Amino acid sequence: MTESQPSNRPRDPAQTRRAPLTRWLVSLPPTLFLLTFFLAPALLMVGASLQQPGDFGGLVPALENGRLTLSLDTYRFFFSDWIYAEIFLRSFLVAAATTLLCLLLAYPLAWLIARSHRRHRDLLVLLVLLPFASNFLIRIYAWIILLGPFDLLYTPWAVITGMVYVHLPFMILPLYTNLEQHDPALLEAAQDLGAGAATRFWRITLPLSLPGIWSGSALVFIPVLGMFAIPELLGGTRDILIGNLIKEQFLDNRDWPLGSTLSLLLTVGVLLLAGLAARAARPWRGGTA
Amino acid sequence: MALLEIRHVSRRFGDLKAVDDVCLSIEAGEFFTLVGPSGCGKTTLLRLIAGFEEPDTGELLLDGQTLAGVLPEQRPVHTVFQSYALFPHMTVAENIAFPLQMAGRSPDEIRHRLQDALDLVHLADKARQLPHQLSGGQKQRVALARGLINKPRLLLLDEPLAALDAKLREQITAELIALQREVGITFIFVTHSQQEALAVSHRIAVMNAGHIEQVDAPEQVYGYPRNRFVADFIGTVNLLPVEVREAGNDRLRLLVAGVGEIVSMPAAARTGERGAFAVRPEQLDIIADGERPRLDNQFKGTVQDHLYLGDVTIYKIALPNGAVLEAMRANAAPGRARFLERGEPVQVGWRRQAGVYLRD
Ligand SMILES: Nc1ncnc2c1ncn2[C@@H]1O[C@H](COP(=O)(O)OP(=O)(O)OP(=O)(O)O)[C@@H](O)[C@H]1O
Ligand SMILES: [Mg+2]
Repeated sequence: MTESQPSNRPRDPAQTRRAPLTRWLVSLPPTLFLLTFFLAPALLMVGASLQQPGDFGGLVPALENGRLTLSLDTYRFFFSDWIYAEIFLRSFLVAAATTLLCLLLAYPLAWLIARSHRRHRDLLVLLVLLPFASNFLIRIYAWIILLGPFDLLYTPWAVITGMVYVHLPFMILPLYTNLEQHDPALLEAAQDLGAGAATRFWRITLPLSLPGIWSGSALVFIPVLGMFAIPELLGGTRDILIGNLIKEQFLDNRDWPLGSTLSLLLTVGVLLLAGLAARAARPWRGGTA
Repeated sequence: MALLEIRHVSRRFGDLKAVDDVCLSIEAGEFFTLVGPSGCGKTTLLRLIAGFEEPDTGELLLDGQTLAGVLPEQRPVHTVFQSYALFPHMTVAENIAFPLQMAGRSPDEIRHRLQDALDLVHLADKARQLPHQLSGGQKQRVALARGLINKPRLLLLDEPLAALDAKLREQITAELIALQREVGITFIFVTHSQQEALAVSHRIAVMNAGHIEQVDAPEQVYGYPRNRFVADFIGTVNLLPVEVREAGNDRLRLLVAGVGEIVSMPAAARTGERGAFAVRPEQLDIIADGERPRLDNQFKGTVQDHLYLGDVTIYKIALPNGAVLEAMRANAAPGRARFLERGEPVQVGWRRQAGVYLRD
């Protein structure tokens, strides 16, 4: 069995042929943007993580009195105390729980919107976005009032509730966009060939919506890791997450190098996870019959 | 007992009668074809059979059992959709094996039957590819194998060849006939193309505006169309408005105003009524002007135009009353597109067995 003869290479509709110059010109602005606003700050952070904290915030210059002040102190510090690893782990757990809950809540909702009459869909999507019309902090404060009577305030549950509430739209939208594009003929074909309702969901709808699940999960998981306002307002003192830790270094402890180190380690962690997820999602890549 | 019995089935969408009082009975092992113009209700009829629509009135029986309230997944009826509807995230093998998994077959049996099905449609080397890596014809064959593999009582094919080019269509049509003979499954085949219908079917049903105009064997539908619609839809036909002069037991005499009288075979008609006479281009003979009449019906005319089609040339012959007949002549001599020129006076004629009288 020859699996890929030259005449039958996979046809990827996204890969149309373009002149190299055009491609280069088109990709120049985003490349510049990424270099300026992502790579450069990241490099600055790497530098900062190696420097010494200044007495009143800021950083001690890398070269002082002809002496190099760089060191790996912050990294040593991070790995010498369990508390940091624990906070990292807790943050990832909270992010994972939030993502999972968002997925469970968002999937049926996105499915219902995608299945509703074409005329109503835009309105329903608008309703999903409506909370963004009011201020983020006000909405979190509202949860303080709502959760107060239930003895849930200042617990991890309050944090997760707030996280889910804030990030739900970021899960709904990509899922809806994906589900809306499903060809209803596929479900009819499955039904015609003997698949009941549950089977149709597990064998057709769910696998086809994986791209939406992945992008929704990324849009929820990553911001949750950096979120500090919600744990601060709704969580107890023991519920702080990486976001709070980083914020504290920069604003309260005036330890910029440690803050930079924590941010970098967070970025590395997220990238590692994203890489693993991409690998897991590989078996099925795009393409419609 | 017929395999499928369709009894006075109607389906409306608002004011539109998509399927209008259709009665059909389809025998086991039959290759049954539905033809008709776009929007005449072919797909709706198939959807009623598959169970995606329920009839407003009437009843469907499969093997004598009513299908009312039976869900599509419970009917031993599979469909090959016009758009193929292959599952994009499953390989060719997974697509084809899907109905077997739904039926709960053992992995061993699935493996065997999958191999057989792949061989049947010549796709063994594509088993692990995804649908978007296939050509149109290959997708079509996957859809076919998927529909056949679990041996449904009835396979519905909704214009499965529509997206293919003429050459491939012809090839797959031939494969389809062979396949149907081989597997012995009853096919209900929908097509726009009357040629395809004539080539593949045991019987053809001609649909128009939701109802069935005629159900017959291909040669009957082509040779003895029951009305103008069928005559016109299946093949090319010359239609001459006529008045019945004599409706005898041994012959029918029809008057064509400004041309003359046609003698035809006896048919249901009443003297004095008006109707149409239908005769096919290949039934017409062209005779040089001045030659003595030797056919039952022979009229003077002039060559108005000709159309060279390779194997045949179509001549348009104008009659004295202005009506134009199309006559077809096989091109036996190579390298010659026509043997008559425009404006040439000729005679056109046919035997009394050719053509049919159609009542209005
Ligand atoms: N779900 C529906 N709602 C409203 N009208 C419909 C629906 N399905 C079909 N129709 C109408 O019913 C008529 C028959 O449609 P159908 O799809 O059966 O035609 P068809 O013979 O298969 O045509 P084609 O050859 O173009 O596929 C059409 O006028 C169509 O607009
Ligand atoms: Mg149709």
